Amino acid sequence: MSMINYASREINCKIVYYGPGLCGKTTNLEYIYEKVAPNTRGKLISLATETERTLFFDFLPVDLGSIRGFKTRFHLYTVPGQVYYNASRKLILKGVDGVVFVADSQVERLDANIESMHNLYDNLSEYGLDLREIPFVIQYNKRDLPNISSLQELEGQLNPGKVPYFEAVGPRGIGVFDTLKAVSKAVIKSLS
Amino acid sequence: MAGAASWSFEERDFQRIERLLQTFLYESHTRCALLVDRTGQLVATVGEQPDFDSTAFASLAAADFSANDQLASMIGEKEFSSLFHQGERESMYLADVAKRVILVVLFDNRTTLGMVRVKVKGVVKELSEIFRDMFDRYASASRPALETAFVDEAEDEIDRLFGDL
Repeated sequence: MSMINYASREINCKIVYYGPGLCGKTTNLEYIYEKVAPNTRGKLISLATETERTLFFDFLPVDLGSIRGFKTRFHLYTVPGQVYYNASRKLILKGVDGVVFVADSQVERLDANIESMHNLYDNLSEYGLDLREIPFVIQYNKRDLPNISSLQELEGQLNPGKVPYFEAVGPRGIGVFDTLKAVSKAVIKSLS
Repeated sequence: MAGAASWSFEERDFQRIERLLQTFLYESHTRCALLVDRTGQLVATVGEQPDFDSTAFASLAAADFSANDQLASMIGEKEFSSLFHQGERESMYLADVAKRVILVVLFDNRTTLGMVRVKVKGVVKELSEIFRDMFDRYASASRPALETAFVDEAEDEIDRLFGDL
């Protein structure tokens, strides 16, 4: 949960990108890192394996600048998607203010998406959080690939709560900032 | 737990903590103390201002501490209440404060691990009392919230920063 630091006049909000392995969570952060003005972002930290699979998390702070005297910053995190890294995933969710679920649109990854979504619900519930009550958006990624599920099917399987969703092609940046804008606005609203 | 922020850190809290940690740094001959909350946010820095990226440092320190907590429970321990990382010149000592905050102390060869350990123990006890008071205060009051004007301005800024990217 976010903390308002009146002493240093800072507000930091934690946004976590969640989803199955290789769905494009890290690619989202890399694209954001590349595109935002260098003076508005910090270092992109990646704790990854030698084969560049996320081992623990990626971390990217993005500054909104000073809003009514408060330095406002979003801390963007990804989690490791592979099933066996659940202990690490759970740790990263601690104190989360908003969640982006990155779904892999490919037909053969539908089950992995569903499993990851269940896992997200379970892990949040261990912190007493309910996905229906916190800022949450879904990104359907890899929309440029040939073997993808229809939007209708993905919505039916993954979005019963009808939260905002975005179609995306991570490496080309399509949908990346729409997703970030939506979740960051929802997080800011939740602080009022 | 949707809604306003869960706690806030005020100037008077910082002043109490700063005084306490200044004394601690002086007595333990250590260089810098950082307070990081368990979610990875930097709460305060006292002493020599570090020349590294303290935002990234805070997120890694919290992850380090949390991972070690899990390791502790796997071997049947309730927790590792402190951690020590030794470098050739610079070392760091991390200690839990009231289960919500981590005290990270940076030191070099002007002091010893034994000295740091003893002094940390004392200061953690006092810090824990301060933080417990602080959390009790927020538990009994309504949670801190931001004014609507803040939200409007922040939304405009989000559009400006991310709008055409």
